[in-house]
Amino acid sequence: METKKGLNVKARRAIAYVVLIAITVLCLFWFYVLLINATRTNSQISGGFSPLPGTNMAKNWVNLSHGTLPIWRGLLNSLIIATASAFLTTYFSAMTAYAIHAYRFRGRKFISTFILMVMMIPTQVVALGFLELINNMGLDNSFIPLILPAAASPVTYFYMKQYMESSLPLSIIEAARIDGAGEFKIFNIVVMPIIKPAIAVQAIFAFVASWNNYFTPALVLHSDSKKTLPILIAQLRAADFLKFDMGQVYMMILFSILPVVVVYLLLSKQIVSGVAAGSVKG
Amino acid sequence: MKKKKGNKYNRWGWYFLIPFLLVYVVFQLIPLFNTIYNSFFERYRTGLTWVGPNFVGLDNYKELLSQGDLWVYLKNTMIMWVLGFVPQIAVSLLLGAWFSDNRLRLKGSRFFKTVIYLPNLIMASAFSMLFFTLFSDNGPMNSILMSLGIISEPYSFFSHVWSTRTLVAVMNFLMWFGNTTILLMAGMMSIDTSLYEAAEVDGATSTQRFFKITLPVLKPILIYVMITSLIGGLQMFDVPQILTNGTGEPMRSSMTLIMFLNKHLFSKNYGMGGALSVLLFIVTGILSIIVFKASGYSMDDE
Repeated sequence: METKKGLNVKARRAIAYVVLIAITVLCLFWFYVLLINATRTNSQISGGFSPLPGTNMAKNWVNLSHGTLPIWRGLLNSLIIATASAFLTTYFSAMTAYAIHAYRFRGRKFISTFILMVMMIPTQVVALGFLELINNMGLDNSFIPLILPAAASPVTYFYMKQYMESSLPLSIIEAARIDGAGEFKIFNIVVMPIIKPAIAVQAIFAFVASWNNYFTPALVLHSDSKKTLPILIAQLRAADFLKFDMGQVYMMILFSILPVVVVYLLLSKQIVSGVAAGSVKG
Repeated sequence: MKKKKGNKYNRWGWYFLIPFLLVYVVFQLIPLFNTIYNSFFERYRTGLTWVGPNFVGLDNYKELLSQGDLWVYLKNTMIMWVLGFVPQIAVSLLLGAWFSDNRLRLKGSRFFKTVIYLPNLIMASAFSMLFFTLFSDNGPMNSILMSLGIISEPYSFFSHVWSTRTLVAVMNFLMWFGNTTILLMAGMMSIDTSLYEAAEVDGATSTQRFFKITLPVLKPILIYVMITSLIGGLQMFDVPQILTNGTGEPMRSSMTLIMFLNKHLFSKNYGMGGALSVLLFIVTGILSIIVFKASGYSMDDE
């Protein structure tokens, strides 16, 4: 090992590209099959896989959107909950981070430590008490328990606080005070525009997390008109799907993931760098 | 004068905290205490009648810990987590090392990063439904494997213990290795390049540089990644739930702890569900403390 010089750079580069291409295939292959099968008829699909797309995409789409699954209602419900959650998460996490960043008050250190300590508590372990609480509040089968708790998101708070530490100098706040602006106004008019990049990244993450969430909505929402897309997917899985038109099943999966995929492809640069920025300082 | 002015504004810190604290207390802390409270009572529903609540002390915990179920589901959860995590950390380290290696100068790193992070954002339930259809008995994967001559008749992936567990692990791997790669890459980029240059002058191979420099420097991030992944692994739910339609088949070999909890929540067995929640809370709490110690966060962070 000491004497061996190791592989030269060219050979290592070649290996790296081969592995990267293999991994790319591994990541995208499933979605390729999904796209292909969403364009084929049920009998074509059950006849075996073909790498070339069929011509039945429009038909599958018409069948699905006029079928028994309330997909438009599900899409609307998912959109309402995810958009409202993303708004509450970003606005109030920014507000909380601003409180800790800009002010020196008694109990500040205790609160900031407390939020960090509870950051990792999973929602599942409090689900039991949560369900009982919302039953007592008469909020069962309502969107409110899926939206309102988003206002307290320790992970988003932590990201916002780190962002403010690096790009929100307190002198700007001082200057705004001298101009006679009130504290609440300073937060909304001066601070929010400065932290817009952080808001944008976290809004996307909050939206996606809520859009994809299955555990809590499945326990809270019961009536068909309230169900979100993940619940409809689970319903599809629970149905005797072999009797189902498989072209429609693939179309339904595509329908559920497409909005997030489109947003991701448009904003992948910001999202990927947002993930890196959220990492712990080594 | 200045001090006084500061005091005047600083009470606003509390005002700005009110929404967060209020929502947190109502929707997290009160439910947490309620869950703990429930764990000491016998309380469940059979048919339309409720039994309890009767105070039973630690009986729920005793029953939970002495029954085999908890341990079987813990074992399942851990097996599927390890099966996914080992390739996840190995591939992430490899990709991270390649992308941050200045001498390799790989092209298209933005494209690859975009691709590997994509599965993380896909709805887990839809992704699981996709895998279920792809690997079903007469699905595309069996058709492809048969036409390639690898198997002669359809393999029933979801009737065999290890193929089901492996599929869950593969999905977890696909969903999380991109995230881990990006985190590790950020750590690797911050390593002082002069360390590598000095090693090169001393004639170290790239393998030696990786094991002697990169790994030791990355240790805190690696611990962070591992423990947070373990906390996430304990919460494993969507993928096996949808893949097996909540049954954890075959023979409950892919039933996870949260699927078990979910069953109690649906059948309204509040006592046992509470005890299970509290046990998970304690384990997660211990793991979180390890994360804080490892990531070097100090309590007097000013």
